[in-house]
Parts: sequence; C-alpha cells; structure tokens
Amino acid sequence: MSTLHIVNKSPFGHGSLLSCINHCKSGDAVLLIEDGVYGALSGSVVEHAVTTCAPSVSIYVLEGDAQARGLAPEKLIGTVKPVGYDGFVDLVAESDRTQSWL
Amino acid sequence: MSETKKFLYVNRKAPYGTIYALESLEVVLIGAAFDQDVTLAFLDDGVFQLTKGQDTGGIGVKNFSPTFRALGDYEVTKLYVEQESLEERGLAAEDLQAVTYEDEDDDWAEKPSIHIVSRAEMADIMADQDVVLSF
Repeated sequence: MSTLHIVNKSPFGHGSLLSCINHCKSGDAVLLIEDGVYGALSGSVVEHAVTTCAPSVSIYVLEGDAQARGLAPEKLIGTVKPVGYDGFVDLVAESDRTQSWL
Repeated sequence: MSETKKFLYVNRKAPYGTIYALESLEVVLIGAAFDQDVTLAFLDDGVFQLTKGQDTGGIGVKNFSPTFRALGDYEVTKLYVEQESLEERGLAAEDLQAVTYEDEDDDWAEKPSIHIVSRAEMADIMADQDVVLSF
C-alpha cells in the first residue's frame, strides 16, 4: 500500500516539501513538479531532508520542469531520479493513492 | 450500490488568506451526500481553521468556522488535528473550538469529533485511505 506524494511548490518559500517528507511512509514515492523541482537542487538547505527521507522512499523530479528552470542533471541530488511524463503516469498507476501537497 | 471508499480531506492552509479552506469545507459538505467514509485532516497552517474566536466582521468575508460544527449532522465525525502543527504555532487543544456529534449507536450521546494526533499517527491515517483530496 504505497502513496505517490506530489509537491509543486519551491521548498524555499513553502513548507510543503518538508511536511510531505515528514509524513512519508516506507515504500512511498515523492515526485517534484513545477516549482517543486527546486527541492532536487544539490547543496541546498533541504538536501539533507530529501536524502534522509524515510527508508526506501524514492524521490523523483519531472525532467521537463527541471529543464525549463535550468536545473541541469549535474545540479541535482544524486539519489533523485528524473522522470518524464510517461514516468509520471507509471508512478500514478503503480501507487495505491496520490496525495498533492499544495 | 457502490462500495464505500475512505476519503481523506487534507487541510493545510489558514482560513481567510486563500480560498482553499472554504472550498474544502464546501466539497466536504457536497461529498457528504455520497455516503462515503469521510475523514478530515488538519495540519500545518490548516490547524488555524479550527481556532476559537474567529470574527471576520472587519474583513467582509464569511466566517465559516461555525460550519464545522454542522458536520456531525452530515455524519462527518472524524476530524484529526496534528499535535506538532499546533505546537509549532503556539497553540494547544484548548485553543480549538469544540466540534461534537451525536452518536446514534450510543443513545445519541454527544461525543467530540476533533482528535489530536501525532505526526506519525497522521502519516498512518493518510496511508490508510482510498482517496486523498488536498486543500
């Protein structure tokens, strides 16, 4: 029973990403979209929270949104997995529920 | 005859700065007509929706906080409020309005609808749902 959490706000202006991470269960997935992709930036103040999220929580970033904002792959936290829209659909289909952190 | 699903309405926004909180309550009331298993969660700034003493006379918008007290009549009787979110904002359970319902299975005894839960318990509640609607 896993949840796909979707975060679309920058972690530097909103608490959504940290609140999401604090409510994740083992086996859940977090997808960063829109301004949420800034949460995947390597070296930021939220990197530690992202990399030490609950055990076996996978973090994904929507490629198109990252590219649109100039976040090159080498700027992203190594454990964050880039996905396209097809990967987004797969994540939704594989999860038991989705929860948006508006 | 459709199967009953577990619906969770997640409230993470303060009441008057944006329309999310009011819209959530509207959707809950509409959804109550569909006879589902409904739970409301209040965390982060969402806990401000349930505080006592709201008075919107000075800002020209409807004070919808009394509407929460009508939820029991629609069989919406599970309102979970996150303890850590209250503490982070300097609030405690006594800062929240009383929301109760009459339990038809217990001689219509009046019981509290609001339950304070830990962050870990809130995560468990979220993981136990069929459908999660976020506001």
